[in-house]
Amino acid sequence: MTFAIPDMAPALPEMFVLGMACLVLLVDLFVSDRGRGATYVLSQATLVGALFLTLGGNPEPVVTFSGTFVRDPLGDVLKAFIYGVVFFVFLYSRDYLRDRGIYRGEFFVLGLFGVLGMMILVSAHSLLTVYLGLELLSLTLYAMVAMQRDSALASESAMKYFVLGALASGMLLYGMSMLYGVTGTLDIAELSRAIAGVEDRAVVSFGLVFLIIGVAFKLGAVPFHMWVPDVYHGAATSVTLYLGTAPKIAAFGMLMRLLVDALGPVQGDWGPILVILAVLSMAVGNVVAIAQANLKRMLAYSAISHVGYLLLGVLTGTADGYSASLFYVLVYAVMGLAAFGMILLLARAGFEADRLEDFKGLNERSPWFAFMMLVVMFSMAGVPPFLGFWAKLYVLLEAVRADLVWLAVVAVVFSVIGAFYYLRVVKLMYFDQPAEPVPLQAGADMRVMLSVNALVILGLGIYPGSLLALCGNVFSGTG
Amino acid sequence: MISLSHYLVLGAILFSLSVAGIFLNRKNMIVLLMSIELMLLAVNMNFIAFSHYLQDAAGQVFVFFILTVAAAEAAIGLAILVVLFRNRRTINVGDLDTLKG
Repeated sequence: MTFAIPDMAPALPEMFVLGMACLVLLVDLFVSDRGRGATYVLSQATLVGALFLTLGGNPEPVVTFSGTFVRDPLGDVLKAFIYGVVFFVFLYSRDYLRDRGIYRGEFFVLGLFGVLGMMILVSAHSLLTVYLGLELLSLTLYAMVAMQRDSALASESAMKYFVLGALASGMLLYGMSMLYGVTGTLDIAELSRAIAGVEDRAVVSFGLVFLIIGVAFKLGAVPFHMWVPDVYHGAATSVTLYLGTAPKIAAFGMLMRLLVDALGPVQGDWGPILVILAVLSMAVGNVVAIAQANLKRMLAYSAISHVGYLLLGVLTGTADGYSASLFYVLVYAVMGLAAFGMILLLARAGFEADRLEDFKGLNERSPWFAFMMLVVMFSMAGVPPFLGFWAKLYVLLEAVRADLVWLAVVAVVFSVIGAFYYLRVVKLMYFDQPAEPVPLQAGADMRVMLSVNALVILGLGIYPGSLLALCGNVFSGTG
Repeated sequence: MISLSHYLVLGAILFSLSVAGIFLNRKNMIVLLMSIELMLLAVNMNFIAFSHYLQDAAGQVFVFFILTVAAAEAAIGLAILVVLFRNRRTINVGDLDTLKG
């Protein structure tokens, strides 16, 4: 038996993030609470460095490490957005963490290891790599939710997240074991070649159902959404910001790797299952969100409904559908970042600002940020000319092209119902009186970057061409 | 002779037991963590059986990774359990009802 050294170059960004995460862990041991800025700067430098390594690489698809790891345009685009989103997450979280006495190295170290897990997940080319990336991401997320140790809410939500997350991993693994049994391989490319020739369709469907349950749990699609509202509500807002944005991008990557790359030939089997998940997610997410008084909980149900729209593009099984979904998930991550960022902006020591009434009369306290929140809410509701409108338009268009007109009509109806709770926030900001007219206390960096974030939603909404072209190019080779 | 389907049925029974344990158990959180471990072991049973009958080592390699990750998962689960017990003074599953809606 010979041992060939694998081609390491495609995994350079992963190795860089791993090395830097360990370095940050070490450096953080030696700095005092005053010098925590060093940890923060190093973490941000890691993300910027990884971005350059990812963008500077060879754009041609390369498979390495004995067929377990792939570097391709899809992975590169998803990774670049993951770095960008986490960069903003760290920036927004600083003041909030400091006010609550949890401004420690753990947040950044766990955040970086989570990024590493997401990178491995979106670059997976074997069922084993999918599982390892997913677990690295999930284990760091469980720990991050539990990080606020003296909060009963945070520990309760961490426990719920842990149990349901572990259940989802178990389901996913059971599905993987069935697929391994019928095809005899773990490699995603070989699996996709072997799956079409399997005679025993029942076992394939059996494994497929478990696999989809596992992925739906991680995405938070109805009926596997129970953990989403509790975890978003119970976790510290900066952790909610992290787990509500970047892991969604990674979960989309997992969906593409498992359903499209590995199980593409049996699209006729998984398409109808995704239709059910999409309809239920849009219905439950949009309707239940109306009843929420807590903004974090409302945004959790909004996230569930957005997952429903995201699935609309994937279930068509066409390259155009995949790129519409890719566009949707990237847009959602940017919008979610700004929405949870606004809660962090209003929060101060001893005040969470996570109830709807805390946004009352924001226009009188700060007209500029009331306008920024208006942009975010209109974009989430899908009002033109904001970015969220284009995202919804393209997934609906793909559903119509796939002869699923009824599904597009259902999606539009629930989107109109959903507009109610987004517009309610706008009404509270502009037409109600503030309970306590105190000025905002956030630092200058946070104000500037949050404004940039919201203006990106507005600007890209007016000129969506570049992002659309990017998403189209990723799937131009597949069909 | 023990055939592949015997192993698969055993795996399926263990898996169903663990899922039932997660949903039916209303008393003790520790039992929940044990159910999660059992679930991963049921999957391991499947992988080993397939790996033997397919004469392919990849399934056995997967099992080693699952065992390692299961250990890490148990460590995090028990750590969260300790934090929870410090805050709530109970590990009763039915008492975890503060977050609703």
